[in-house]
Amino acid sequence: MSPANAAAGTRADAGASYYGQPIIKSPVWTAEIPAYFFFGGLAGASAGLAYLSGEGPLARRAWATALAGIAVSAPLLIADLGVPTRFLHMLRMVKVTSPMSVGTWILTGFGAATTGAAAHALTGRLPRTGAACRPAAALLGLPLSTYTGALLAQTSVPVWHEARRHLPVVFAAGAALSAGAAATALTSPEHAAAARRLTMMGAVAELASVHVMERRLGELGEPYRGGQAATFKRLADGLVAAGAVTVAASGRRSRPAAIAGASAVLAGAACERYSIFRAGFQSAADPKYVVGPQRARIAAGKSRGASRKAADTSS
Amino acid sequence: MTFTVRTYGPDQKPRQGFFTDTSICIGCKACEVACKEWNQVPVQIGGFTGKSYDNTEALGANTWRHVAFIEQRKEMTFADGLVEHAALEQLAAQTGLQTYQEGDGLRWLMASDVCKHCTHAACLDVCPTGALFRTEFDTVVVQDDICNGCGYCVPACPFGVLDQRKDDGRVWKCTLCYDRLKDDMQPACAQACPTDSIQFGELDDLRDRAEQRLAQLTDAGAEKAQLYLADEDDGVGGAHAFFLLLDEPEVYGLPPDPVDVTRNLRTTWSSAAVAAVGLGVGLAVAVFGGRR
Repeated sequence: MSPANAAAGTRADAGASYYGQPIIKSPVWTAEIPAYFFFGGLAGASAGLAYLSGEGPLARRAWATALAGIAVSAPLLIADLGVPTRFLHMLRMVKVTSPMSVGTWILTGFGAATTGAAAHALTGRLPRTGAACRPAAALLGLPLSTYTGALLAQTSVPVWHEARRHLPVVFAAGAALSAGAAATALTSPEHAAAARRLTMMGAVAELASVHVMERRLGELGEPYRGGQAATFKRLADGLVAAGAVTVAASGRRSRPAAIAGASAVLAGAACERYSIFRAGFQSAADPKYVVGPQRARIAAGKSRGASRKAADTSS
Repeated sequence: MTFTVRTYGPDQKPRQGFFTDTSICIGCKACEVACKEWNQVPVQIGGFTGKSYDNTEALGANTWRHVAFIEQRKEMTFADGLVEHAALEQLAAQTGLQTYQEGDGLRWLMASDVCKHCTHAACLDVCPTGALFRTEFDTVVVQDDICNGCGYCVPACPFGVLDQRKDDGRVWKCTLCYDRLKDDMQPACAQACPTDSIQFGELDDLRDRAEQRLAQLTDAGAEKAQLYLADEDDGVGGAHAFFLLLDEPEVYGLPPDPVDVTRNLRTTWSSAAVAAVGLGVGLAVAVFGGRR
């Protein structure tokens, strides 16, 4: 019965939690996952950009980017598994309640279609396969870029779950931004007008959607204002804004400026994925983000909560 | 959105589970030990935490039963003292047990926590491999030969029950002794519990018993006594492991209003679909917007 223990008891009395311990578990995912968010989105939107651009240098480079992005994605996901040799277990079933399951199938289909499309775009062979694969890859690239937002939202982590309306939008914007920037960097300026437009549109969408998400989260958005999540968010905002301005201002005239601006944008997009990823850990680690909103729901009469006292029983 | 699929047909068994009456838990940890022994859960030596008698701290991959110890220092007024004294006397008379000491105004709460085996289980919903499944007893079990350690169930659980075992990469949790249930035995923890704080049985019976116990304790003056996860209309559709608590859930490290995230899945998928269409439109505008 030391005073320290008694004090802990008093804190618990105030509704904090059991010795201030987390109530939910933090994810066990490591840096491969935000890296995949970046590369998967890059690949998904690049396929769309490539398909809509038709033929020509921009399309070829965008197909190559899509292929490279997806080639990196699968190993990243497999490496993050606790038992990597069992990655094929992902294909045992299709489950709409599991964005990871849905995403696995999108990724599988996208990988196959992109391989066919890119093979034709880069070598000129297999024209019929290419023709069939191009629209499929472009179409599958869209949900590939946004399901990752749903994946994070379908957890009990408050900063992710309560952003369920916003996370897919943020990820879509990030995908557009990344695809635009990659194509801007890889294509000579006279062929890269569409890529530059995509970069600028994506930058505005990303900065705006992240801002809206954080505002709507209110107090739950605190993780974005402290710790690693905040550091990487500031970095992301700065890199994306500076890079997009550089691309807009001199990307048309100067190849080096286009490459520098696009690289900054790409780095910024990657930092944004990492910021969102870290925010989840910070959110899960502090019980106040779990208990607070739940108590507020009960207090507001929106939920009766999970417990019932004898007085609450209508008899 | 909720999904309930019953596929066992004639093999379906009555819904079974735990009623954990924390008011008669004496903190002996026999449940933790019995669980470890029966299920061959690896040791995990965490050292001395200083958190009362609790050195396992929380449920996890290697802790499937966890006994919480909460020491509350209370300002005891004369009237409070009388009420609590009366409550204790009545309890002692009925059960032969004292659950907490009064004396210096210290209240000691003990509670054995476990996987809740939710009626609407987020872990099961998000599992992409089907390693997590619902048994014929309606409980939720991880198949260790299927789990590939993707880790999705870990942050999905609103109670923080599941975790990954670092050295083997898979996720582990309470099986409600699925193997014993198949042989008509009760789970190891319930069998080992010397005070029947952990009671195993058919859910309907347990709920009746819990109802009576709640009334009894409330009459005896335990005004914060409450049943936790005993009703089907809570955020997880009620649980197969439910509790009688003597204070608010968060005091025990339990969420006051847990929700199966699948309830909001329609919003989540709608948002993803809208964002995907928006991305398509954005790409089209970028490509064709300059060619007027």
